Amino acid sequence: MPLFDRKDKSRYATFTRRTLMVSGGMTAVLAALGGRLYQLQIRDGALYRTAAEDNRVNERLVAPPRGRILDRFGIELANNRRNYRLLLVAEQASGGTEQALETIARVIELSDQQKRRVLRDLAANKRFVPVVVAENLSWDEFALINQHLPYLPGVQPDVGETRSYPFGSELSHLLGYVAPVSLDDKKGDDDDPLLDLPGFRIGKRGIEKAFDAEVRGEAGASRVEVNAYGRVIRELSSDPARPGKDVYLTIDRELQHFTDQRLGGESAACVVMDVQTGDVLALSSTPGYDPNFFNVGISNDQWKALTTDDHKPLINKAVSGEYPPGSTFKPAMAMAAMQNGLADLQVNCSGAMQLGNHLFHCWAWKKGGHGHVDLKRGLQVSCDVFFYEVARRLGIDKMHEAAVALGFSGRTGIEIPGERPGFVPSSEWKLQRTGVPWQVGDSLSAGIGQGYVVATPLQLCTLAARIASGRAVAPRLSHTVGNALQPRPEAPPLPFTPEAIAAVQAGMNMVTNVPGGTAYAWRIAEPGFEMAGKTGTAQVRVITKAERANGVKRDAQLPWNLRDHGLFIGFAPVAQPRYACACIVEHNAPPHPQVQVARDVLLFAQKRDVLGLKTAYPVSAADAAPSPSRT
Amino acid sequence: MTTRAYAAARRTLTIADKLYEVNWGLVLLIGLIACVGFAMLYSVAGASFSPWAGKQMVFFAAGLVLLVVAAMTDIRIWMSVAYPAYAISLVLLVIVLFAGHTALGAQRWLSFGPLELQPSELMKIALILALGRFLHGLSVEDISKPLKLLIPLAMIAIPAFLVLKQPNLGTTIILVADGISLLFLAGLSWWWIAPAVAGVASAVPLAWRFFLHDYQKARVMTFLDPESDALGAGWNITQAKIAIGSGGLTGKGYLQGTQSRLNFLPEKHSDFIITNFGEEFGFVGSIALLLLFAVVIGYGVQIAMSARSQFGRLVAMGLVLNFFFYILINGAMVMGLIPVVGIPMPLVSYGGTAMLSVMFGFGILMSVHVHRQVEIPRHSGGII
Repeated sequence: MPLFDRKDKSRYATFTRRTLMVSGGMTAVLAALGGRLYQLQIRDGALYRTAAEDNRVNERLVAPPRGRILDRFGIELANNRRNYRLLLVAEQASGGTEQALETIARVIELSDQQKRRVLRDLAANKRFVPVVVAENLSWDEFALINQHLPYLPGVQPDVGETRSYPFGSELSHLLGYVAPVSLDDKKGDDDDPLLDLPGFRIGKRGIEKAFDAEVRGEAGASRVEVNAYGRVIRELSSDPARPGKDVYLTIDRELQHFTDQRLGGESAACVVMDVQTGDVLALSSTPGYDPNFFNVGISNDQWKALTTDDHKPLINKAVSGEYPPGSTFKPAMAMAAMQNGLADLQVNCSGAMQLGNHLFHCWAWKKGGHGHVDLKRGLQVSCDVFFYEVARRLGIDKMHEAAVALGFSGRTGIEIPGERPGFVPSSEWKLQRTGVPWQVGDSLSAGIGQGYVVATPLQLCTLAARIASGRAVAPRLSHTVGNALQPRPEAPPLPFTPEAIAAVQAGMNMVTNVPGGTAYAWRIAEPGFEMAGKTGTAQVRVITKAERANGVKRDAQLPWNLRDHGLFIGFAPVAQPRYACACIVEHNAPPHPQVQVARDVLLFAQKRDVLGLKTAYPVSAADAAPSPSRT
Repeated sequence: MTTRAYAAARRTLTIADKLYEVNWGLVLLIGLIACVGFAMLYSVAGASFSPWAGKQMVFFAAGLVLLVVAAMTDIRIWMSVAYPAYAISLVLLVIVLFAGHTALGAQRWLSFGPLELQPSELMKIALILALGRFLHGLSVEDISKPLKLLIPLAMIAIPAFLVLKQPNLGTTIILVADGISLLFLAGLSWWWIAPAVAGVASAVPLAWRFFLHDYQKARVMTFLDPESDALGAGWNITQAKIAIGSGGLTGKGYLQGTQSRLNFLPEKHSDFIITNFGEEFGFVGSIALLLLFAVVIGYGVQIAMSARSQFGRLVAMGLVLNFFFYILINGAMVMGLIPVVGIPMPLVSYGGTAMLSVMFGFGILMSVHVHRQVEIPRHSGGII
């Protein structure tokens, strides 16, 4: 048999030909792979390099410590305390997570509910993610855990920071509180990445909310290398968080404390202001709530108790409560009268004023009226008939104008959110609102602070401060934020003649310091500390004709929520006014606790002055710019 | 004609002759590629010989022994064991379907005590040998006769079907590609080839419409647009492309690849090992490696062309193409050109069975080289 027959030769040729074809094909395919490499590595290389960096590097936010809130003497009203926590890392718990929890429960108290939550959190996270087992541990519990640490594999003691309010409910309305970020908080134009940080808390009310941007601080960033499962391999670089700024308030914690104590359990509000600067020294609204609850997490029962309490502990009555000012509105009307040529007005009060076929009563109508009354005496005895006459002669629009100049019917601009504007009507307003033209009777009601007129305790305090200083001072709470003075425009003089101011001051002096004055019984008798003031009562219900005929029930005989509100505004010392105060006690029973509170508070504030305490502000107005001397 | 070549022609090669004739240049190239593998396995383990690089070296050493033994084994012995080997492989494939154990969702492995065997790896070589032997006995005219063609087609189809049932799509594709290539090289008429190509081309849309399951369609769609599902099924492709692409021109440097070190790469030690090479050595390194593979393939083609027996030529080309298909499928897969199928990069990816089977293949290729002068009559069945 020949080694190569004809057929062999032909298939050898075929094989060679086809091998060459195949080789060409293989070369082309390998070249195509090379082309693909070019595409990926050269043409799109930069793109993929970025993608690889994105994979590798994770930016982690570092939460800044929240700025403190301090009073004028540097006492911390809100600070950050250490939060002793216990974390559990599943992958390090050698005996399993349930076993680990059982062991922990033998050292510190751990409810079944807590255990279930921890197990749920552990299941929802990667095995290397630490999960919080317990928070806000006491030092003793924390120490105990640390002592047992060798027998607690996977357990990590941790010290975090949490907001703390050392004075609890006393400053709750003023400071507000912090709480976890809600969806609504993210809706605004606040696009701070911190809002997305788990467990981050922002200010929800009061100063905490008003100055949230300042006390929040700026997030730091830590660039870490992570693997595909999100585990941190190492830190690449870090940019420390910038702590929030401290806010110094004009509040005097001692005075605030005293005010709160004096108001006791009443549903009440009291504001104290510096009449020259507008500095608010105390802003009390009772009862309060413990802001620490909201930070740690408020229980359903606690929340229910707060919302159903008829003393309304969640409302800041000092700035959000709108009350008919009653007779405390009369000094404003007296100013209007003086300014509009009624300085020498004399009225004979017979106990009521007849208007058409309607009789407008004076509060003293049973005693047969006040008799001969001029402006100062009108204030002293709080004669309603005198102010009916003032109102009748001025008309609502002049009354409105004067009231607005004294701070009514418009927000004072105090820093905390939720302030209500109050209201003083005008003829135009009534026509537009009801379609009925303004009636003289409406003016008469407004003239004694009833009818449509409402005001906040803060506005009433501002009224007292303006009368006392003769300037359009506005209340303010913040003195310094960080190292920057808060802007404070110089208060312009009031648009009233000095004579008008002097006459009203004199009338208010007679209220407290001249026998026959409505608050003479509660005057400050200590020489040099005397106060001037004005009492007021706000009717909660309308007294019907039938009631008046049968004899009005004494307030004390009525159920609590139908009794009148008691109000008082005042300033002291009379000779050289320095402090103004407004106090309202809702549904108060005589004898006039609001006057006594205001008296004690004004005396306390003046006695504090005698101590010559130095404020602790980091900068003062004197440092910033030499300000014109004030007297 | 040198003495040794003369001796070879007379089929009286001594052991020394054979050792001399082993293509040591090719062994060197293979070793070089294997070293790339060691270096990469060392790198993806975080600069450590365990768990992969050290073992891979042992596998390579064992493979080297297997290679030399196979190279010195007479080509006629390979021819005579072709059918029995094919038959045994077929039986093992059947057994593995029923008794094999599962890895990554597919039944591929058989255990013999401590030894684990992947019959599909064995089948690849057995099929090449068996087809080589069968086609060795056919003339160019015979091959295109329908009845004669039926037998090699069945030889391809049966193991391909068994492997597909495991399921192991990658190996199935390689088996079919190996077999069809051999038919083509043996001289299958264009009259068969052209309609077959046309038929397959028209079957694709029909299969898409009628035969593919929704999840299979989803897999193909994910491949076509991996970013559409970047955290799900597209993860592997996306991360592999990021790894290779981020290497740029010169790479991030040895041991500096972040994608593998931080576990973004899937199967970083096995099927996707080459992405780490691309990341650390960049375009320059990748092209160099591609050229290295090309030279090995060229070497193999040259061996096939210089063999005197049709069996030797076909087996040599079959082994070269088998090697080539591995590179093609793995390379195209990691670069996002084809869907993900489980095919390792030969010599580089970690794995004992794959390493031994590739080295064994090269051993037989070199046996063809060593025995290139051996003539085997068309109607001879080897020496057994």
